[in-house]
Amino acid sequence: MYNCHRSDRSIDFSHQLLLPASYPHSVFAIIVNHNSFFFLFYPVFQGEKMWGILSQKLGAARGLSSQVVGNYVLRLRLAPSAMPMRHYSSATKEMTVRDALNSALDEEMAADPNVFVMGEEVGEYQGAYKITKGLLDKYGPERVVDTPITEAGFAGIGVGSAYHGLRPVIEFMTFNFSMQAIDHIINSAAKSNYMSAGQINVPIVFRGPNGPAAGVGAQHSQCYGAWYGSVPGLKVLVPYSSEDARGLLKAAIRDPDPVVFLENELLYGETFPISAEALDSSFCLPIGKAKIEREGKDITITAFSKMVGYALKAAEILEKEGINAEVINLRSIRPLDRATINASVRKTNRLVTVEEGFPQHGVGAEICATVVEDSFGYLDAPVERIAGADVPTPYAANLERMAFPQIEDIVRAAKRACYRSVPMAASA
Amino acid sequence: MAIWLAGRRGASYCVKALISTTFRSSRSYTTAFASNGNSDSLFFCGNSSSAAVFGSQRFESTKARQQLDLLSSDDDEEQNQGVDFPGGRVAFTSEMSFLPESSEKRVQCYRVLDDNGYPLSSTQFKHVSKELAVKMYRGMVTLQTMDTTLYEAQRQGRLSFYVTSYGEEAINLASAAALGFDDLILPQYREAGVLLWRGFTLQEFVNQCLGNKNDYGKGRQMPIHYGSNKHNYFTVSSPIATQLPQAVGVAYSLKMDKKDACVVTYFGDGSTSEGDFHASLNFAAVMEVPVVFICRNNGWAISTPITEQFRSDGIVVKGQAYGIRSIRVDGNDALAIYNAVGVAREMAIKEQRPILIEALTYRVGHHSTSDDSTKYRPVDEIEHWKTARNPVSIFRKWVQRKGWWSDEEESEFRANVRKQVMDAIQVGEKIEKPPLADMFSDVYEEVPSNLMEQERLVRDTVKRHPQDYPTNIPL
Repeated sequence: MYNCHRSDRSIDFSHQLLLPASYPHSVFAIIVNHNSFFFLFYPVFQGEKMWGILSQKLGAARGLSSQVVGNYVLRLRLAPSAMPMRHYSSATKEMTVRDALNSALDEEMAADPNVFVMGEEVGEYQGAYKITKGLLDKYGPERVVDTPITEAGFAGIGVGSAYHGLRPVIEFMTFNFSMQAIDHIINSAAKSNYMSAGQINVPIVFRGPNGPAAGVGAQHSQCYGAWYGSVPGLKVLVPYSSEDARGLLKAAIRDPDPVVFLENELLYGETFPISAEALDSSFCLPIGKAKIEREGKDITITAFSKMVGYALKAAEILEKEGINAEVINLRSIRPLDRATINASVRKTNRLVTVEEGFPQHGVGAEICATVVEDSFGYLDAPVERIAGADVPTPYAANLERMAFPQIEDIVRAAKRACYRSVPMAASA
Repeated sequence: MAIWLAGRRGASYCVKALISTTFRSSRSYTTAFASNGNSDSLFFCGNSSSAAVFGSQRFESTKARQQLDLLSSDDDEEQNQGVDFPGGRVAFTSEMSFLPESSEKRVQCYRVLDDNGYPLSSTQFKHVSKELAVKMYRGMVTLQTMDTTLYEAQRQGRLSFYVTSYGEEAINLASAAALGFDDLILPQYREAGVLLWRGFTLQEFVNQCLGNKNDYGKGRQMPIHYGSNKHNYFTVSSPIATQLPQAVGVAYSLKMDKKDACVVTYFGDGSTSEGDFHASLNFAAVMEVPVVFICRNNGWAISTPITEQFRSDGIVVKGQAYGIRSIRVDGNDALAIYNAVGVAREMAIKEQRPILIEALTYRVGHHSTSDDSTKYRPVDEIEHWKTARNPVSIFRKWVQRKGWWSDEEESEFRANVRKQVMDAIQVGEKIEKPPLADMFSDVYEEVPSNLMEQERLVRDTVKRHPQDYPTNIPL
């Protein structure tokens, strides 16, 4: 079993009711959803932890739902006090992708009792990457199922439960391990609705980190966007920001078709601003619509997941050189938002596609084909594809850096497309 | 230590831990609660106190167990205190011995009737009524006749493919007879008889094989890949053993529904080599779901005999390895199957646990119409099973001896069924194929725009080149 490494923002979650005073406090978040209210606290005071547990026990004792009591208890704490708490106002809120995913799961599980989470370490361990933190305590082991180590097993079981009306969210510790279950994802989930002529539909979500992390080697670094993106019957989503994560995961859980939800480990700890609308529990993003993160008129750069951040940084560098780049966050690999991509290319006439996956048969290849098919006359330069190197990912940090697109590669490709000649190869 | 325990889970855990001493698993604890009738609040999720109940069991560590055992084992008189490991206390021995790879005697096989249809004197079995017995027998004959006729149709080129169930008629019909209509079936592909019992008509079978407009599968699958929501029979899927973990998942969903029903899934001896088999048995035991695994051990997986498939004593011993109650049954004995499946189903539902049934039988026919089994096994072996150990004739002898069936009825019934199947083929062949729109629907719940576009393009092409388009496919 792959031992996950914690990103530097790991959050220690422990149920410690009685603490010696000298015990170091950890930061944690209580997420409570009650109607349309959404309180997110970053209590710094260690006694805060007690409230979470106590409210549950109190509520249980009185037969109230823990949510109601929790909310009541939290509201008490809203009263002015000496506790230093950040507290919601109309100023810009921020949220990590991890919290975004956690809150989305939490809200969907609260809204629909058929939604349940299954995977390795999702329960007791609070999730290999802490995405499912707090869910076991809130919903119990029937709805947060820790599994033996068998991806084929729990993917198949998840599909089976979806056949009979449940809405599973299956977590793969990384999508590299989904290969051990890929028959169930494709043959049992994606094709079932078609092969059964609509009698069996599979409202399942397969989620987990995809693509490279940092120094995890070839068997933990592959990007599966292109593989799953080629299968009819599947929907493949690739969130970037916290808003993407929330909206797309909610959409995925509510969708009646099987969805492959490709996250990114290094993005889990990143903080993004998030609007009040996105924090609402009914918030949902449409599947199959890309987002234009940055408008531009000289060149279109398409990217997904972590590469969106790189593309945005590249766009800033290009701006200084007088190239005004439009960055498209794909959000969805299948269905691919061909309309947005083509409209953008028709506007800018130049295209750079960026992805971390292997180049051959990659997402960029499909985007290039669709642009050539629909907007050939509008292209002023050949499409530039930036992808990971065509090698199994090396471990050594210097080699790994060369195996994946860096910001400089995107800048160079954009300049090539704008006929500012620069050499192809990366410098050491 | 006590403070550490308290800190770990809270005061409530300490109290519970001291009260309860031999918690082998959290699940047995909760099942005890669940059977108390007032199960909703504790068994079901969503309530935080139940989370605490389940949660406290799962956080047991080895240290905690030792603590508990020291506290509770004052009256333990045994010399052999045993050794604590994760998973529980284990008695130790100073004698090193390996478990043998197989036991001296094979697991015995439960049967009710002997090869001539006489009930074995000491066997316990539930008596069947005349109505049920005749219905079972007719079903077996219907299955056999349908198989023969459709196999011949394939040889004539009217079907592309077919799979027969010769030799396994008893497993098909008798197991189906022992189940309730609400029990969900996840078949492999040699269980058409189960669907037949549930009321799938000959015309419906033939429609699927021909892939015409009336096929419930909309012409998308190879022949014999039947599936029918209204008969609670999940669509057959070709990859081997994939239905096993799916069955456990369906059973998990069923368990949460708390229905008086279980899941029954069928598979062959070859399927037990697949990883899915092991994952699903293991999981079913851990999750404690109401699923009955019925293995049709017919001796052959295409050309692979069971001696090359596994080296264990069949499949029944594998159940115990996963903590599953198992039984070995004579698959050619309809009454034995009927009894065993009936009891297994009750156990699965009442105790919410998986059960494994290994039905020993023989695949008399070829694997499919793409196979000629005489190439890898002796013809007289096939003949022996076809004549001396035929499940249909064994049951027929028993039913006739009871005065519930006669030779005249036999020949009349067989002729009748054969005629019905042939009529169904004739009718089915005249029916149109599914319309073009069915090629693009059901990929997703809602037809996406790209598929609508593709359909439009296909229709345009057909309009421009009508001579290239087949005439029996409606637009």
